[in-house]
Amino acid sequence: MLSMTAIAVVRLRSLFGVVMLFGIYSLLSALIFVVLDAIDVAFTEAAVGAGVSTVFMLATLVSTGREEKPSRYSPLLPLGVVVVTGAALVWGTLDMPHFGDPGNPVHVHVADRYVQVSPTEVGIPNMVTSVLASYRGYDTMGEVIVIFTALVGVLSLLTIRGHVTVPRHRTTGPDSRPYPVLQVMAMLLIPFILVFALYVQFHGDFGPGGGFQAGVIFASAIILYALTFGLNDAVALVPVWLIRVLAAAGVLIYGGTGVVSMLRGANYLDYDVLAHDPVHGQHYGILIIELGVGITVATVMIGIFFAFVSRAEGSR
Amino acid sequence: MVFSLFNYWVVIVLMMAGFYTVIASGNLVKKIVGLNIFQTSVFIMYISVGKVIGGTAPIVAANTELYSNPLPHVLILTAIVVGVATTALGLSLIMRIRQAYGTVEESEILDISTREDEAG
Repeated sequence: MLSMTAIAVVRLRSLFGVVMLFGIYSLLSALIFVVLDAIDVAFTEAAVGAGVSTVFMLATLVSTGREEKPSRYSPLLPLGVVVVTGAALVWGTLDMPHFGDPGNPVHVHVADRYVQVSPTEVGIPNMVTSVLASYRGYDTMGEVIVIFTALVGVLSLLTIRGHVTVPRHRTTGPDSRPYPVLQVMAMLLIPFILVFALYVQFHGDFGPGGGFQAGVIFASAIILYALTFGLNDAVALVPVWLIRVLAAAGVLIYGGTGVVSMLRGANYLDYDVLAHDPVHGQHYGILIIELGVGITVATVMIGIFFAFVSRAEGSR
Repeated sequence: MVFSLFNYWVVIVLMMAGFYTVIASGNLVKKIVGLNIFQTSVFIMYISVGKVIGGTAPIVAANTELYSNPLPHVLILTAIVVGVATTALGLSLIMRIRQAYGTVEESEILDISTREDEAG
């Protein structure tokens, strides 16, 4: 089914349809991740792929047009290249380890330690969170910095111009609430989305969740607000300077935690020394850096969305 | 067991679909969608490699001994969020290209820039 959707995406010429199908495709792949036991990943994919990235692509289509023009080149050459590459890869898989075998190479090195020791050493049940935030803390910090850099890049390419234009639906009398049904529904939903985001943020140690997912869910609440009430109101709610400051602050919290553990005489991002008991220290450390991750991810997503929409409105 | 390699073949089909979109389509937005499909195929490959048959999700629970491998989950979880950030960067580049050239079709952009080169 996933392959069918992917091929439909390739064939379709209407870009609007492509983007919509791509959202469905992301949701389907999230289902596959659930089946494969990767609940945290499925969570992220559903929030990011089916939610935020679809909105980003739609915002792009507003300013770039909805139809794809037929290519002047014959599709046969690329098709041939693809078939040959695919055949070579299939041939390569014949030597690959079989699906689901516990003796596969990936399961025999560090994974054993994560599964066996991490519940007692780090003290939290969700192994994904403990690997993400503690054992591979450097790696995750790099990812957060990449996301922050993406925001810097987007903001240097597109400027946010939310406060320049007069709010449209306030100036005209009878049309003062252009989409009343949508706005009332959004008002009902947004508080629950925000509460859910906070739950995912702080419960990530015990169940599926964590800073990445919570950040995206939080951002999607603000994006929903911006979609139904207009960009100006949303920028009034979350000003641009706040986005810049908070996105940097999230990275600073993460990096600062590492510096604090260094000042206390341990290695960078070693949380054992943050409290009297190493397990408690690990717990505090993970909570703090997940907070940093959540803040950065949420503000970066909101910032990118604002930049896209103000560009799209400006091009009309 | 023929089907024990089935996960890799699904990944390859998806990967090639994305690859084909990137090289055969002239539209820049569609190229980005193709890149995303390619990316998802890599995600599915990692996650399927981490699966252990009979295992459960890697969250400690009573009466469970066998868990799937948490490491690929961590790598892919962060990769998804980084992926959307880089996609956004690509899309904003496309918006600027559209502003500069008035089109997002690769062949038309090439035409315009060759004409500009000839003119001056």
